[in-house]
Amino acid sequence: MSTLAVHDHAGTHHDEHGHEHHHDQSFLSKYVFSMDHKMIAKQFLITGITMAVIAMILSILFRIQLAYPDKTFPLLTTLLGRFAPNGRISPDFYLALVTIHGTIMVFFVLTAGLSGTFANLLIPLQVGARDMASPFMNMLSYWFFFLASVIMLSSFFVQKGPASGGWTIYPPLSALPKAMPGSGEGMTLWLISMVLFVASSLMGGINYVSTVLNMRTKGMDLWKMPLTIWALFLTAILGILAFPVLVAGVVLLIFDRSVGTSFYLSDIVLNGVQQPFEGGSPILFQHLFWFLGHPEVYIVIMPAMGISSEIMSVNSRKPIFGYHAMVYSLIGITVLSFIVWGHHMFVTGMNPFLGGVFMITTLIIAVPSAVKTFNWLATLWRGNIRFTPAMLFAIGMVSFFISGGLTGIFLGNAALDINLHDTYFVVAHFHLVMGSAAIFGMLAGVYHWFPKMFGRMMDEKLGYLHFWLTFICAYLVFFPMHFMGLDGVPRRYYAFTEFASMQKWLTINTFVTWAAIIAALTQFGFLYNFFVSIFKGQKATQNPWESNTLEWTTPVEHLHGNWPGEIPTVYRWPYDYSKPGAEEDYIPQTVPYSQTMSSNQPHDFEDNPAGLEELNKFTSTLKANEQVK
Amino acid sequence: MLLGTNLLMAQTAAAGAAQEEAPKVDWTGVAYYVAIFFLICLGIAIVGKILKIYDLTLKMQGKKGIKWNNIMAVICIIFLLAGLYGSYWSFTEQGSMTLPEAASAHGVKIDEMFTVTTVLTMIVFFVTQILLFTFLFRYRHSDKRRAHFLPHNNTIEKVWTIAPAIVLTILVVFGFFTWQKIMNSENLKDDINIDVTGHQFAWELRYPGKDGVLGPKDFRLVTGANNLGVNFKKKSSFDDLKVDTMYLPVNKSIRLNILAQDVIHSVYMPHFRVQLNAVPGLPTFFKFTPTITTAQMRTKLDDPKFEYTLYCNKICGGSHYNMQKVVRVVTEAEYQSWLSRQKPYLNDALRKELHFAAANSEQSGASTNRIALNN
Ligand code: HEM
Ligand SMILES: [Cu+2]
Ligand SMILES: [Cu+2]
Repeated sequence: MSTLAVHDHAGTHHDEHGHEHHHDQSFLSKYVFSMDHKMIAKQFLITGITMAVIAMILSILFRIQLAYPDKTFPLLTTLLGRFAPNGRISPDFYLALVTIHGTIMVFFVLTAGLSGTFANLLIPLQVGARDMASPFMNMLSYWFFFLASVIMLSSFFVQKGPASGGWTIYPPLSALPKAMPGSGEGMTLWLISMVLFVASSLMGGINYVSTVLNMRTKGMDLWKMPLTIWALFLTAILGILAFPVLVAGVVLLIFDRSVGTSFYLSDIVLNGVQQPFEGGSPILFQHLFWFLGHPEVYIVIMPAMGISSEIMSVNSRKPIFGYHAMVYSLIGITVLSFIVWGHHMFVTGMNPFLGGVFMITTLIIAVPSAVKTFNWLATLWRGNIRFTPAMLFAIGMVSFFISGGLTGIFLGNAALDINLHDTYFVVAHFHLVMGSAAIFGMLAGVYHWFPKMFGRMMDEKLGYLHFWLTFICAYLVFFPMHFMGLDGVPRRYYAFTEFASMQKWLTINTFVTWAAIIAALTQFGFLYNFFVSIFKGQKATQNPWESNTLEWTTPVEHLHGNWPGEIPTVYRWPYDYSKPGAEEDYIPQTVPYSQTMSSNQPHDFEDNPAGLEELNKFTSTLKANEQVK
Repeated sequence: MLLGTNLLMAQTAAAGAAQEEAPKVDWTGVAYYVAIFFLICLGIAIVGKILKIYDLTLKMQGKKGIKWNNIMAVICIIFLLAGLYGSYWSFTEQGSMTLPEAASAHGVKIDEMFTVTTVLTMIVFFVTQILLFTFLFRYRHSDKRRAHFLPHNNTIEKVWTIAPAIVLTILVVFGFFTWQKIMNSENLKDDINIDVTGHQFAWELRYPGKDGVLGPKDFRLVTGANNLGVNFKKKSSFDDLKVDTMYLPVNKSIRLNILAQDVIHSVYMPHFRVQLNAVPGLPTFFKFTPTITTAQMRTKLDDPKFEYTLYCNKICGGSHYNMQKVVRVVTEAEYQSWLSRQKPYLNDALRKELHFAAANSEQSGASTNRIALNN
């Protein structure tokens, strides 16, 4: 209905284009400056994984400091040089590690790595398009991201080290180069990198939205799209609307730092010296930051939700429960996430009445989240569950989302947040609900669509090992942190040695660090599995998971343009699993109802009276036949 | 452990002796850990191979091979049981290490809300996690069975939309009123005003003198001796006191006037359920009433060394992790006697400085500078 005639046109045009290229595609245009969405997806994935490994190593470094605050490790000096004099990480470098770890994980891994990979891979394949709306912009999007990554990492090589004011870079700390070493060149690089990052994310996002809106194949109306597409689509909208505000905030910060303006600064005496700033407000930055920052956490989690929904449906051999409710809750989250940002600012000195308002909006957003959780549980109920590694990770995602989401109800309550803000309780909350849940969604996606990306299978047993060790260790790492927070232990502390009251947590900190180390080492098992399987994995069949969605109708061997012939037409929603009366326990979207008379239900023809009539005729003849017998 | 060698104390002593000499890396130790890692990898690889061979032999005997799907389902149940026990253990073991009861009037309200929220959310936590993992086990794959085709059920979906909505509404309403009550307290005459100023990396405390009024501040007036920039053109400033430890009389309404000089800090007094950021250029205040004296808390906790503390809870630079003040809640009598022993903010050095500045204009560089800023 909403597909336009133009599509086929564009499709064939593209097709010809593809053929031209096939014969003499150079290495450079095939693997490096590729405009094929599948290759770009792989580029995003591998860059994302690389960044994730780096950020993970950073976290192990600072976890070592927390576990052994008064031991020395000469090896650290060998590795880190001036940042770890005398075998101990310096306090400033500790903060730099925390900052860059957070920045990389949130933006480079869970935003670009997650959305970039799966939006690029799945949107054209699952809506039935030959490529993105603008393949060139898509390529630029990757290369801006790559550049941003390089600049972010390069800040480790400047004299005073990387940015270190926390991933939220609140001014004045981040605005005054003299306030801490990391606020010098390191912060400049951070800001430049983030501007490039946002540019990348916008180019990607605009592409995703326009592809979903304009390039769906025949029959693929919005209500026949898989939940992955809904999630990626809404994520892209969220990003397009929220990221520019971050750029605004960052640009004003750049002005304050380099031009001498006072957007965020006022009444400052630094080391006994009055600074010439007047009339600015540090709170303004926080408003701008969290106006992006809160939507950002949903930018991170929604693709994971979509991926998990899809994978759980496929592997429980059951339709996703409450498809419409799942879509509406995603839409609800998208809209609401723009009006809750103030819950990060309850105790900043913001007007308390405003805090009250944000508390109300915040707890409203928990409702769609709850609906999603219950629907996932209902999807598993009376399913026929196959435990592929992807399925396990999707389940892990649900478990983490529950555990972490519930603590959001504490934090969203401004009165309770007074004592919880900026403690380890918050660290536990967001690492479970965002960090772990989104990473698990991403890993689920990698295991599930690996055959589509590389034409081979990953090793299942190693996947099992990877899942269980990571799952258990993540809980071991983050669960105890709740109680540290409830004891008033602040986050972003270099050591807890200076407080008699906090020393009792040292054993827990050591325990957590060891759990983190085991989790980190486990990831090398994943890396081994991933890279070896690219070259040596068992060859994949066309539809290894017996799934309904369109991507599994493309040939295993990639080709530019995705389908060798015409793009298939879509006749039904993507979740006809285990339909009574059907021969197999799945019916791909490309199978018309006319071929599945025995399994059709009146419900399938809600807005198709002609089809319903057919069905009635069919059932009545069936009955008549039976009576004859 | 973990390649660690000597304690820091020994290390710094050594470093002091030979500044430039880097500590020696214990390479055999490093090699040892790397070797262990590879041995574990090797072990996993061997187990994997054995399993594969076992699987193949089963298949050659015409059997089904290892039923990985069932194994995963069983592990799910084991995980559930272990997880339940683990969270119980964590709740009792680490849960008992958390903050003691609130030592302030509003803190009691917060703790009540906390308890209600905990009970509600933990019910949901246990029920959903138990359902999740039992479903996984109960509905594991079987060739004999088909999943139940159930695309939606509007009634139950409505129920589980409305039920959380109601629960959350209740929490929000209580939370909202508690919050408004805590934050919207008016400035009363008999509040004890205390000035808390944060800078890298310490807190400065100023008490009003007999007049009960804190003199105004202006960052332009900051000098070495007047590090808060108190304005001594105003009479109310003259009797202000500079103190080192925050003494609070029990059951009196305290008003902390909070400000930062350089970057954002945060006044965090978790025992009183008090936190508010200290923001440069944006004076804020937090009102509360302490209800338990330090001495009482010491007996309650059976810890003779217990102290209330105020510490920084907003990242503010390298020494953010050590920016604290001791807080003592005492009886009214103790408070008065302590107060009478405190020194005025306007000390001799400052008197001299101000006197010079006011009296004549042939000044040293520093004072002229200050006057220039004054204009
Ligand atoms: C159930 C709904 C949720 C509620 C009510 C909620 C509430 C909150 C609140 C009030 C805070 C601020 C805590 C503080 O700093 O004192 C917070 C922090 C955070 N939340 Fe949530 N949250 C929810 C779900 C999520 C989800 C789904 C994500 C991500 C996918 C998420 C990610 C984060 C992050 C990253 C932070 C910490 C930011 C920082 O300070 O560094 N939250 N949450
Ligand atoms: Cu938020
Ligand atoms: Cu501070």
